[in-house]
Amino acid sequence: MFEPVLTRHVHLPASEKITTYLENGGYTAVRRALEKSPEEIIDMVKRSGLRGRGGAGFPAGVKWGFMPRDPSIPKVVVINADEGEPGTFKDRMLIERDPHQIIEGVIIAAYAVGASRAYVYIRGELSLAARRWVEAIAEAYEHGFLGRDILGSGMSLDMEVHRGAGAYICGEETALIESLEGKRGQPRIKPPYPAQTGLFGLPTLVQNVETLACVPHIIERGPEWFASIGTAESKGPKIFSVSGHVNRPGNYELPLGVSLREIIYEHAGGIRGGRKLKAVIPGGASTPMLTAEQIDVPMAFETLRAVGSELGTGAVVVMDETTCMVEVARRQAKFFAHESCGRCTPCRIGSVRLYELLDRIEQGQGRAGDIETVLELTRGIDGLTFCPMGAALVNPPRSAIQHFRAEFEYHLEKGVCPLH
Amino acid sequence: MNTLTHQDLKPLPPPLEDPQRRARLLAALYAAQDQAGWLSPEAVQEVADSLHIPVGQVLSTASFYTMFRLEPKGRYHIQVCEGLSCYLVDGAETLLEHIARTLGIAPGQMTPDGKFTLEVVQCLASCGTAPAMRVNDELYEHMTPDRMDALLERLKGE
Repeated sequence: MFEPVLTRHVHLPASEKITTYLENGGYTAVRRALEKSPEEIIDMVKRSGLRGRGGAGFPAGVKWGFMPRDPSIPKVVVINADEGEPGTFKDRMLIERDPHQIIEGVIIAAYAVGASRAYVYIRGELSLAARRWVEAIAEAYEHGFLGRDILGSGMSLDMEVHRGAGAYICGEETALIESLEGKRGQPRIKPPYPAQTGLFGLPTLVQNVETLACVPHIIERGPEWFASIGTAESKGPKIFSVSGHVNRPGNYELPLGVSLREIIYEHAGGIRGGRKLKAVIPGGASTPMLTAEQIDVPMAFETLRAVGSELGTGAVVVMDETTCMVEVARRQAKFFAHESCGRCTPCRIGSVRLYELLDRIEQGQGRAGDIETVLELTRGIDGLTFCPMGAALVNPPRSAIQHFRAEFEYHLEKGVCPLH
Repeated sequence: MNTLTHQDLKPLPPPLEDPQRRARLLAALYAAQDQAGWLSPEAVQEVADSLHIPVGQVLSTASFYTMFRLEPKGRYHIQVCEGLSCYLVDGAETLLEHIARTLGIAPGQMTPDGKFTLEVVQCLASCGTAPAMRVNDELYEHMTPDRMDALLERLKGE
């Protein structure tokens, strides 16, 4: 039986308080970590197989290993709490209800890479989380987990809260860094990577909230425990945010490799109203949708890639038989057109043209050849932008056309939606 | 926390290094906006003066983020999510139309008495508790037209 670890505190009363966290065994991993060498910690994280939970799935230990070892160079850790991928609400739960679990992960990460400053970048709309983090950080200072000479180890770490202000793109790590510097949140071209030149030009480690939440447990229970959960290339527990046409939407912490079917029908209680399943987005708006026939796929990086999608943030959006796929593609295109930062032409212009085309198809105003034009546009965006947003925004229309082309053709031929 | 109150918006002494100074810009813009409800040209100038950075840089940043308002907004700023998950549970559209009809304004507009503005926003990370919306800084989940009516009545009376 799988026992949740990342979400084990979130339903406790006053779960956000340091006293609750300490009473439930919190801040013991950091004591253990400080007895080891930074190299040992990085090695443990590497051996655990932990991969980033923000969408890209990059191995965390490898990322930590990219940070320069030279102790004379000041270094920075940035906590990416800019959760904005449509369908995703796991990080909000973690930062609102159990901030100390993340802070403990940050202290361990900072110790491992030799950072003395940490910045938590909280999405602007998440006001409650920002208020709670101000309190949580103050509590951590009072208890000696932040500040000078943490727990007598000689290590020092300062942490502060920054609020974003409404820009999806700031979830991309270099855009986030620009935003932290008080600029427009437009991604930087890589290389150089943040590990070389990040915030204020300093080596910077940027990690997602859920990734950092895993760290204390890896130290506490060991990398072998973590690596024993999951599949060949996807290790550990994962929080799946389930929304849409299910009976019990919510966050479910399960082992990586659990099937999409089990998530939808066992944990989320099946489809509302006993209707038939039509399509599922497995990892947030940026990931290609799957059909009802594909839901036996294990939710893991490699297995979802094998069926033409991605694990992304693990945000499962469920759509029943009443859903119009042209409208789904149109709505997502509107989102990406709104959120394009404007730096790269293919994304800036292409996202708007895609939305206009999908909008007119949905309105019954589409013209012959529009489907081909949509697909041609996606080829002119994918891979031709600084950041991964270009590759992301082509996924909804491409996958919708791939699986439900007849529905698009019906809109074009009849000028109406078969479902509305 | 890198949060400033309005009283902090006085010219800072120069020893802060440049990049550190600009890094306070978002917090300073929030402080100025909280004061007046929006960022007037005077407020933008005040922020620029307090951080010793050019007003053009302040505007460049402020205009990028949807939460900074460069035009006046109502006392209650209603932000309805139109994300996919809110749409799927028959929320986004129904709620938006209901509010627009009740207040007599379209998204992007303000009521003549300056009390309400209505805005469509993107995913609020509340997809599991959809439909979701915000009024100013407060999040509302599982919203229905009935609950909206009750909320609007309360706000109208305040």
